[in-house]
Amino acid sequence: MSLADAMGQLLAFIARLITGAQGHWKGCPPKAEQRIYFANHQSHLDWVLIWAALPHELRAVTRPIAARDYWTKTRFKRWLTTEVFHAVYVSRQRTDDQDPLEPLAEALRRGDSLVIFPEGTRSSAGEPLPFKSGLFHLARQFPQVTLVPAWIDNVQRVMPKGEVVPVPILCTVTFGAPLRLEPGEDKPSFLERARSAVVALRPAGA
Amino acid sequence: MPALLLELRSWTVGQQVGLLFLILFGTLTLASLALMLARLRAAAAGAAEDGPRQLGALRDLRALWVGAIVFWVGWVSGPVGATTLCAVFSFLALREYITLAPTRRGDHRSLILAFFVVIPLQYLLVANRAFDLFTVFVPVYVFLAIPVLSALAGDPERFLERNAKIQWGIMVCVYGLSHAPALLLLGFRGYEGRGAFLVFFLVVVVAVAHATQEQASRWLRRRPLARQIDRSFSLRAFTIGIGAAALAGAGLFWITPVDPWRAAVMAAVAGGSGTLGEFVMRALKKDAGVRHWGNRSGITGAAGLLDRVAPLCFAAPVFFHSVRWYF
Repeated sequence: MSLADAMGQLLAFIARLITGAQGHWKGCPPKAEQRIYFANHQSHLDWVLIWAALPHELRAVTRPIAARDYWTKTRFKRWLTTEVFHAVYVSRQRTDDQDPLEPLAEALRRGDSLVIFPEGTRSSAGEPLPFKSGLFHLARQFPQVTLVPAWIDNVQRVMPKGEVVPVPILCTVTFGAPLRLEPGEDKPSFLERARSAVVALRPAGA
Repeated sequence: MPALLLELRSWTVGQQVGLLFLILFGTLTLASLALMLARLRAAAAGAAEDGPRQLGALRDLRALWVGAIVFWVGWVSGPVGATTLCAVFSFLALREYITLAPTRRGDHRSLILAFFVVIPLQYLLVANRAFDLFTVFVPVYVFLAIPVLSALAGDPERFLERNAKIQWGIMVCVYGLSHAPALLLLGFRGYEGRGAFLVFFLVVVVAVAHATQEQASRWLRRRPLARQIDRSFSLRAFTIGIGAAALAGAGLFWITPVDPWRAAVMAAVAGGSGTLGEFVMRALKKDAGVRHWGNRSGITGAAGLLDRVAPLCFAAPVFFHSVRWYF
């Protein structure tokens, strides 16, 4: 086992110790097929939680998106995102000659699965923000990839904005039924449908 | 029979404990075999699914196996291992409790204190046999520290309620449970190294009281004491549970340092407080709107630990202090 593997195991263990990181597969079983998981985004821990909730075999081929300027700043951050999580880097500054989705498309062409947070930023509380259009473009470009909605519950209580030490509170990740882009469906209605698929997974009473 | 008991008393501690575990695991194996036969017979008779009674028995038996194995691991790994094991249980139980207690952002530092400072310190005190400080650490010092941290966070909304909930959770999940390893480490004159017997005694009488009370309330159908909280908990069933615990305690007196009468009284006190603890936890669960502790949508995983240890959390401190002061 390499150091990166050991680090991954350790992080998954910590995530389970602190949050339980229970995955509830309500709409589909965990399966080794190419997928895009899209979820609500409330905390920095969201990615680690989804990752820890996945079965071990799927973790290596499921990749997060990381902002290049932040996550390559130090050697440790670069090592963590490249070696442990196999992250796909995107630039936050938009240049005219480059499609910002190109790195994601590249990863999908290689056959990897992705986890994306289509709100684009962390929503502090309550309802998720409207989805950004990236999910729609990827769905149109890669119709063979399964789109799986997911709801991450309770995680904002574990580590509120500005705190560094997480508090142990049980969290769940609920995976819903796969979605696909219907023929002739336009961008706003697809994005709204995807967003309501995520919201529908919220446990009652939460 | 008395000759046999005298013979047993002349054995070494290790031999006695070995016999204890032999009896415990033997009984469990027999029960598991009986249940398996019953299920096989039901399957042969054409029942496709297990009935609710069998499923319940299966679940209880599985919990008993886990409990017995944990107990054995705790014994084998010595005082350090047992204390660590209980600390982990405290951590998991408090995690379940806090999940359902609505805390606010301002409680973050207090919760960090509870999980990462109070739990290790409390169990360190136990492991070092600092029993005087151990009994006052949570009720006095933590009780004062938690609201100070909360006030420093600057959020006055529902201040007393939030702090009371956190303090109560620490009292039950950490303070209460930490008395179980304390029993292991409590030394009596002429009773050194036999702490495991006391823990075994406590667990057995609490379980007997609880199970008898449940069965009795099912058969008797008396008027419930508090219908809103538990539709079956009646005074008669509670008394029967205590009586059963006392009988079990008197029957087990030979593993304690005291005579049968005192053993019966100790068992009645422990069994009664365990049953009442379960009753109180039920009120809390009703308030939170759940049937079992753990996550709202929790089906699998470690959820539900607090359900198992709650009676022990209430019985252990009462038992510990009654043993320490009065007997």
